[in-house]
Amino acid sequence: MPMLEVDNIHTYYGNIQALKGISLTVEEGEIVTLIGANGAGKSTTLWTIAGLLKPRQGKVFLEGEDLAGYKAHEIVYKGVALVPEGRRIFAKLTVAENLDMGAYHRSDRAGIAEDLERAFTLFPRLKERRSQVAGTLSGGEQQMLSTARALMARPRLMLLDEPSMGLAPVLVENFFETIQEINRDGTTILLVEQNAHMALQVAQRGYVLETGAIMLSDTADGLRQNPMVQKAYLGME
Amino acid sequence: MQTTIRQRFENIDYLDIALWVLRIVIIVAVLWGTVATILDNPYSTEQWLDFLIFGLAQGSLYALIALGYTLVYGVLLMINFAHGEFFMAGIFTATVFVAIPLDASGFTDRHPIWALLVIAVVAIATSMGIAVLTERVAYRPLRRAPRLVPLITAIGASFFWQYFFRGLYGSGITAFPDVALLKGSWTILGLEILKSQVVVIVASVLMLIGLYIFVMRTRMGKAMRAVSEDKDVAALMGIDVDRVIMITFAVGAAMAGAAGVLYALMYRQVHFFMGFFPGLKAFTAAVLGGIGSVPGAALGGLLLGLFESVGPCLFLEGLGITSPYQLKDVIAFTMLVLVLLVRPQGIMGERLAEKKA
Repeated sequence: MPMLEVDNIHTYYGNIQALKGISLTVEEGEIVTLIGANGAGKSTTLWTIAGLLKPRQGKVFLEGEDLAGYKAHEIVYKGVALVPEGRRIFAKLTVAENLDMGAYHRSDRAGIAEDLERAFTLFPRLKERRSQVAGTLSGGEQQMLSTARALMARPRLMLLDEPSMGLAPVLVENFFETIQEINRDGTTILLVEQNAHMALQVAQRGYVLETGAIMLSDTADGLRQNPMVQKAYLGME
Repeated sequence: MQTTIRQRFENIDYLDIALWVLRIVIIVAVLWGTVATILDNPYSTEQWLDFLIFGLAQGSLYALIALGYTLVYGVLLMINFAHGEFFMAGIFTATVFVAIPLDASGFTDRHPIWALLVIAVVAIATSMGIAVLTERVAYRPLRRAPRLVPLITAIGASFFWQYFFRGLYGSGITAFPDVALLKGSWTILGLEILKSQVVVIVASVLMLIGLYIFVMRTRMGKAMRAVSEDKDVAALMGIDVDRVIMITFAVGAAMAGAAGVLYALMYRQVHFFMGFFPGLKAFTAAVLGGIGSVPGAALGGLLLGLFESVGPCLFLEGLGITSPYQLKDVIAFTMLVLVLLVRPQGIMGERLAEKKA
């Protein structure tokens, strides 16, 4: 049974249809990437999986369970964490308070302390800045915080939305290494990226989205070899 | 040469000039009045201290009520105009069903502390209940509506509760029974202070501190701040946003309910319309302090209370205005306008422009 199965979802913003029948699967332990241009529906797909948007048609299954009846905060309890585009940390809360919020629904103190240590090992900068107000962090640090905050929920499935956007090139490479590390520790990852080059290096499989529909799906290697993908997303002629 | 001068005159906005003249006139009048009052010295030091302490008591009531406006605005960016009615509903109910029967049976005289506790619990519980009900029935369905819609609804809810309780308990003024324990005054540092005022000030300050700790330190307080920054992301943290909003209303209403009890101890009367002016003043205090800020609401409330009680005599007496205390509301709102001209976001508020819509 796949970790995540998205079955033919149609999502609308008001009367504007953003997703026109998206289907995809993510197996446990995988890193799967969704690539596509701006406005293709990548973020909408993640928001629909996380329950912040409800599909007008189609279903989302987490380990076979239909998520239709659950609200966004209940889907977090089921083990899904979304790192939103643009970081969206709580700017007025301290770094430590942001991380507390990530573990909001948990009551296992020992486990939370353990995950906090792990987050600080992955992102030592956050430890130095734990009592600082999060709005004063640099862009890269905010991305670390947003990711660490999602990890504090101890998710089984992590949805990452454009984590590399606005990061300095040196940081991008580092960040993708961290994503692989998180994955090795047992978290399944669905990664939305504009930086298709990096995304296809870390992912095992990928989907290409265009105007609300899946155009292609293949292994990461297969997509890298695909002339259409090379031309449109990897900048090769 | 001539043309540049003419251009310069054309660029001047006459409304701006009028506003500046108005500001200068007000400031000169205030200074003139203050100096004249001090030279004339119509009041004794003790009287001034009386004004001051009355202002503190009144101001701490405003502060308690203002918290409800500021908390709700913080999470929903909505002005809950029915908040004054939460204040009224609690103490009116507690007076009719608890304070009067307990007084009549003699219980209040025998166990005044217990009586006050029961009155406070009933008042606070009623205020919270009315607030939660209003939120659930009238506000939550409109959460995604344009911002004018919940505003009008709140005004409607305010009238609804006023006339609901008028129908329930009558339109007259109901006397709040005297509590013998709180009659008279204490001498503190050589000052004679009414016991009821001491209780009002001490209880309010303790509650303000308690609320601040709640918002800054507890899990629920942090969740409230998270919800006020970003509701979608708060939900992604596993926070039940609807529940946090409901609790925000309940906490604000608890403060209003407690303020109602203190108000009754100070003024010894309750009626269905009693929420209107304190509500309006507390809203003013919240805006003055910077709406959305908890310390701002406390500071705004205290300042407003002090200005209302000291201001009329200090600023207006010297200008030869008789019975200046009648004009306390003019002073209060003039001060609001002056502060907002200099700091539109309020004394401790953040700039409104960066807030999400």
